[in-house]
Amino acid sequence: MNKPFATVLESATSLQNKTGSWKTVRPEYVNRLPPCNVTCPAGENIQQWLSLAQEGKFFEAWKVVMQNNPFPAVMGRACYHTCEQTCNRGRFDGAVNINLLERSIGDLAITNNWEIEEIGTATGKKVLVIGAGPSCLSAAYFLRKYGHEVTVYERHLEPGGMMRYGVPPYRLPRWVINAEIRRIINTGVKLYCNKRVQNIKNEMRNFDAIYIATGAHVPAKIDVEISGKTNIFDAIDLFKKLEDSRGENTFELGKKVLVYGGGNTAIDAARTALRLGAENVKIIYRRTLEKMPAHDTEIQEALQEGIEVLCLRCISMIDGKKILLDKMDYDAENNLLSKNGDSEVIAADSVIFAVGQFIDSDLFRNVEGLVISEKELLEVDKNMMTGLRGVFAGGDVTPGKRTITDAIGHGKKSAKCIDAYLRGIEVAPNVKTEVANFKKINTSYFKKIEPLKVKKFDDLSFEEKDISLPKEKIISEARRCFSCGNCFHCDNCYGYCPDNAIGKSRDGTLTFNYEYCKGCGICSCECPCGAIKMVSQID
Amino acid sequence: MTSLTIGNRLDDQDAAEQSKYDRHNSLTSGHRACQGCGEALAARCVIDAAHRVTGGNIAVVNATGCLEVFSCVYPENSWRVPWLHSLFGNTAAVATGVASAFALAGSKDTRVIAQGGDGSTFDIGLGCLSGMFDRNDDVLYVCYDNQAYMNTGVQRSSATPVFARTATTLPTKGYMGNSIGTGKNVPAIAMAHGIPYVATASIANIRDLEEKISKAILLRGSRYVHVHVPCPLGWGYPPSETIRMARMAVECGLFPLFEAENGVLVGSTPVDNPKPVDDYLRIQRRFAHLFGKNASPDSIEALQQIASRNIEKYRLSGELSHE
Repeated sequence: MNKPFATVLESATSLQNKTGSWKTVRPEYVNRLPPCNVTCPAGENIQQWLSLAQEGKFFEAWKVVMQNNPFPAVMGRACYHTCEQTCNRGRFDGAVNINLLERSIGDLAITNNWEIEEIGTATGKKVLVIGAGPSCLSAAYFLRKYGHEVTVYERHLEPGGMMRYGVPPYRLPRWVINAEIRRIINTGVKLYCNKRVQNIKNEMRNFDAIYIATGAHVPAKIDVEISGKTNIFDAIDLFKKLEDSRGENTFELGKKVLVYGGGNTAIDAARTALRLGAENVKIIYRRTLEKMPAHDTEIQEALQEGIEVLCLRCISMIDGKKILLDKMDYDAENNLLSKNGDSEVIAADSVIFAVGQFIDSDLFRNVEGLVISEKELLEVDKNMMTGLRGVFAGGDVTPGKRTITDAIGHGKKSAKCIDAYLRGIEVAPNVKTEVANFKKINTSYFKKIEPLKVKKFDDLSFEEKDISLPKEKIISEARRCFSCGNCFHCDNCYGYCPDNAIGKSRDGTLTFNYEYCKGCGICSCECPCGAIKMVSQID
Repeated sequence: MTSLTIGNRLDDQDAAEQSKYDRHNSLTSGHRACQGCGEALAARCVIDAAHRVTGGNIAVVNATGCLEVFSCVYPENSWRVPWLHSLFGNTAAVATGVASAFALAGSKDTRVIAQGGDGSTFDIGLGCLSGMFDRNDDVLYVCYDNQAYMNTGVQRSSATPVFARTATTLPTKGYMGNSIGTGKNVPAIAMAHGIPYVATASIANIRDLEEKISKAILLRGSRYVHVHVPCPLGWGYPPSETIRMARMAVECGLFPLFEAENGVLVGSTPVDNPKPVDDYLRIQRRFAHLFGKNASPDSIEALQQIASRNIEKYRLSGELSHE
């Protein structure tokens, strides 16, 4: 021992002092579910494709959209974007304009002819899809991706279902529908239009599984006394005729038009009437404006176009051009409606009914196993299978929200269930993940940025306004995303750790070094997006 | 556009030193600072930034205090730079000597940093510090201000804010903690010496802290940087909230961020819509008595006035903004 006086220990670095033993909780990187993804009826991974769009990787972003939804350009127009209603940024400076971003990326895919590349290995199984609406085509697309052979029978002259026959062209131009359907057909889907299935049992001999999504195209009728010469239309028939005449205005709606109903179809019908030359369009709805089932953005846009909504009224008699409206009230329990005895008469040249649609159940009657519920819907189990083994159903024909996005979600889910059925395996359950709500966001790390404002309608034509964003704008709007619940490599955890207990590699990968982590939790607290969870050491 | 986070995956240029994979980690792991120590974090940021701009050509002199105690426990040491500790009160003088020695030896490019807590800076070493400023010795002095003597058990220093509870200013009936009218402002004292550079910084704004250090280290003469470092133990808040605490002190105006050159205020970080001091005080145990049943609203009002005066004095409403 040749050491200076009083020195007995070798000098050393503090690295030999493993302070990790102090901790009672430890941080872990997690992927929490962003609220937008939770509410997307098609189950899109919105945060993930926004993240790619932030880097200008539009093709990659599009591929991520396509993992869950084969109709980005359609959805970017016709979806009611529940994602934006729950977007955490909405509570900060305004939701990210996800809908417009999806549309812009969808349009990029169409203009650049991006095609679907990944098709699963052929299984040799044959699936028949009855109908060619959004749900059917979504199912067809995913079934192709699973490797099955898909045949589609559509009774109309063209595919698209409610996308084509239920959404007016100013909201959804036909070239968009055609392009996105063509892309699905190009994966090898056999589509036969103008072909009506007569007997499901017969078809079961030719196919290993069947998916029924024939929609709800039959207009509901309600009890209204009608006399005299009156122009009466059903909204859905109006749309269909308009579509089949390729937009030619052969209708004599007159100047004053009443639309009866409170759903999205009623709003579409009213706005279509305006575009067909009506000057005064009123919507008659029996509850209050707040209770209207139509989506708020749709109502607002209709009001902006000058459409009037007469609430708490129902049509009780139509006599020529005189329409008798009974006024309604809420009863003491504030939920039941009753006529309050008051009424008024207004004049109208035509009345359009938009009070709901029923399914065409002819195909299902007398088929053993298929059950029509009291609500006139086809019953399915939790795996979308009807009472008939191997026959699945989804979309508007089954219980659901009746939006195009929900239909696409049904198609995706059904394809997964059909695939499991064909392979004889259990349907893989969805893994429940914790949601990254607003409390998980540390807003100190975000600057307030005005959300993108887009004026969609400035004239009343059936032409769509071209509002798709240029690439720079896609990037800047996508960069407003908080990336809720998913690390976006801001390096806050790495930079703020007082103990250097987070390692960063050259490529940016971050890892906790639990040997030194004292479990203070600064990383979790300062994570802008809630992607670090503190976990107890004890259990 | 600069981001507010430490790094930025979308733009390499827009990233703080602390986000770099090859940062020096001047204060390495295994040190014995408490969980969530603001001072340990600040010290690493400061020395790493200085290390980067000087290419590692630095020497550090450390005063007695938390930082010294937790970073060199015999026989271990956490420093990855030349580092020297002498006494509690003489740090500035030792640093002066070290700087002179380098100058005499011809190592003019070696930069000397002196560092200590508020105890050694405000109280015990103020004489030596004033002397260093007076002679305009070529040293960057960094004070990590956690507002009390923490490692000895949270006794009051002259940096302790008024009304704060410490072991030596326990609130009792008729006594609301640290007396109003006491304490001193060392950044202002430094400015009064007319030294080339004085700045305040916060660990809630690491980009700003790094910029100030990177600038100060390359200047000549006496420079003083004062860093606000919350202490979970002494202030009484959960260790995870250290950065939040620092941020709130800045956002209410109680800790102004500014720069002064040759005794003149030249820039400050604007505080948009200053937050009330309540939010900041309420979450700290050292101020809990201000909100208890014997509390008087006057004391919170007095602290609010200090914040408001800072906003005026350091022109935090934006007119000296660099941005």
